[in-house]
Amino acid sequence: MREPPSNSLQTTILVLVITGILALALGGYFGPISNVAGGALVSAQAWFSTRFVAVQEFLTVPRDVASLRQENAQLRAEISGLQTQIIELQQQVAETQSLAALVAFSRANPESTYKAATVIGRDPSPFLQYIIIDVGANDGIRRGMPVVTNQGLVGRVDAVIGSAARVQLITDPASAVNVRLQNAETDAMLLGSVSGDVSLDMISQDVTVQPGDVVVTSGLGGGYPADLLVGQVLNVRKREADLFQQATLQPVVDFNRLNIVLVIVNFRPVDISPLIPSLTP
Amino acid sequence: MKNLVAFPILLLVLVLQSAVASRLTLLSGFADLLLLFLAGLSLHKNAHMAWHWGIIGGLGMGFISGAPLWSILAGYLGVVGLARLVQRRVWESPLLAMFLVTFAGTLLVHGSTFIGLWLSGTAMPVEATFSLVTLPSLFINMILAVPAYTLVRDLANWLFYVERMI
Repeated sequence: MREPPSNSLQTTILVLVITGILALALGGYFGPISNVAGGALVSAQAWFSTRFVAVQEFLTVPRDVASLRQENAQLRAEISGLQTQIIELQQQVAETQSLAALVAFSRANPESTYKAATVIGRDPSPFLQYIIIDVGANDGIRRGMPVVTNQGLVGRVDAVIGSAARVQLITDPASAVNVRLQNAETDAMLLGSVSGDVSLDMISQDVTVQPGDVVVTSGLGGGYPADLLVGQVLNVRKREADLFQQATLQPVVDFNRLNIVLVIVNFRPVDISPLIPSLTP
Repeated sequence: MKNLVAFPILLLVLVLQSAVASRLTLLSGFADLLLLFLAGLSLHKNAHMAWHWGIIGGLGMGFISGAPLWSILAGYLGVVGLARLVQRRVWESPLLAMFLVTFAGTLLVHGSTFIGLWLSGTAMPVEATFSLVTLPSLFINMILAVPAYTLVRDLANWLFYVERMI
């Protein structure tokens, strides 16, 4: 039997082979082979790398979604909190503007003494146009006192309890206010209706009334002080057969958006009913 | 003793009526929460005390409203009476009974209030009043009839529960 070659011989052969391969490689003899092998290797690595990244994303994305959802919920909560703050601030701004306008109005009309009140409700019956305010007898409010805003006439106090009062609006179907048309210099009667619209009646046929004419309280009858702004004439109905002209009115006050009103507390209505002659003998 | 709860509950209903429902208008009409509450309550088979609730609610509503007290009280007591009557007749279909009481009760309360205002000197055209106030109110009340009945039924079950000896 042949003896296997010794270790030193094997090492020498291996070194010679490697050296030869390196010499051939450095000499450029392995270029085409290394290109093919390198390309295959790069392709294989790219394939593995792509799959690995895909698997890694697959395993890690759910965790990201959860964290994103949590972050999203936090942001949403923050947004809703900020929106609430914005609404509160807007309400405060609106209230401040209303109060500033009311203060300006009271300063511009120093002949009257005012008591500010917040509207806390409306009449529970749809037939009536009343509001409920948060000041009452304890605040010096009495029945019959006129109620205004900085824009104009609202109505008058109809009933009072200790800490609240009910105000009959000029739009109420039972309301009747003596008014004066400034341009035509004539008196008329302002009437409410079940729909909340107001109209003018008892306008003399002799006068000329134009749309846009300003209407103020006349003070006749003692129910309201004179010269409170009420509204403007929208259109006029004049028929020869009628005793009086009629007109529809656009009130200056938006009765659907009443929030804060002023009660004129130094006005005492005059009860003229004893002076009205009775129909019965 | 359970009937003492009528005061806070009816107070809450009246506050909601005056502060919220009265501002949510359709034309000139709006929901009548007291009517819906009394109708739902009175349709319970054991609601013999519903008359008391009707009186308390009617008085409260009359106190807040500018309409004559007697007309409002009569209207709501009419609703309770109608509901008790209907409950005996169509007790097997409570929702139908609720619709019936809401429909007829709205007309009853509005008719009563209209007559009261007319007698006190407030002139209102019938046709305009019906189309601008009553019809929209009727529509809203009919829409709210089912949710109101559902809410009030649980309260009525608790209030008018009767133990029977076997």
